[in-house]
Amino acid sequence: MANEKRKNVTPVQQEYHLFEKERETKRPVVKNCFRAFFVGGIICVIGQAISYFYMYFFDFTEQTAGNPTVATMVFLSMIFTGIGVYDRIAQFAGAGTAVPVTGFGNAVISAAIEHRTEGFVLGVGANMFKLAGSVILFGTFAAFIVALVKTIAVKWGGLG
Amino acid sequence: MIGLFFWAFVVGGLICVIGQIMIDVFKLTPAHTLSILVVVGAILDGFGLYEPLIDFAGAGATIPITSFGNSLVHGALQEADKHGIIGVLTGMFEVTSAGISAAIVFGFIGALLFRPKG
Repeated sequence: MANEKRKNVTPVQQEYHLFEKERETKRPVVKNCFRAFFVGGIICVIGQAISYFYMYFFDFTEQTAGNPTVATMVFLSMIFTGIGVYDRIAQFAGAGTAVPVTGFGNAVISAAIEHRTEGFVLGVGANMFKLAGSVILFGTFAAFIVALVKTIAVKWGGLG
Repeated sequence: MIGLFFWAFVVGGLICVIGQIMIDVFKLTPAHTLSILVVVGAILDGFGLYEPLIDFAGAGATIPITSFGNSLVHGALQEADKHGIIGVLTGMFEVTSAGISAAIVFGFIGALLFRPKG
């Protein structure tokens, strides 16, 4: 990540860095992208099927069906994380399982399961959002700024 | 109906590919990638661009994490419409409540039911 820190390095370090870069295994980007596309697409198709289920059998519209669908997907990711299948799929699919909301569920649930040995309050309770917390923080803060700017622009700026 | 399944597959898959490229090419951690995608979703909804995508691709747009940012903004704007500027805070989680509560409830149930695997 932080590649900018390499300003004050000795020649030997630079040499080593080049040496390291040459030997670093290249990530199979194209193959990974195909896998991510395929698995991510399938997860979204499952989600689509679930939202049709909610639209036909319960009183949800196309706009509101997203909410129970997300909850159901999180439930499914709990089951699959618990029996250890989700991590196997994730190893194959990379971002294909991380980007859908099931990845968010998986992050919460695997953290909860992992820390249960430390007790329910200090382990599960304190560590549950260890990984997913950043998503909630930045999502909420960005949404706050966006909604604030838009509200001000619409109310007092005469836009919209 | 089949068309919507198709577009859900394609759009959902493409959003995942964007995430994969951010991880592989720009060497970001998955946590950074997800955070950026959520922020992008929020900004897209600010410009009113996410809702058309949901109409077009259904779950292909609502299942990826970008929709989390979208629904946060959506709830905030809905409430801001009714109650003015304070609604931005009170309405924030209106639409996303299911995702967060499901994650908390099922996370705890999962911790009760399953044991960590070595």
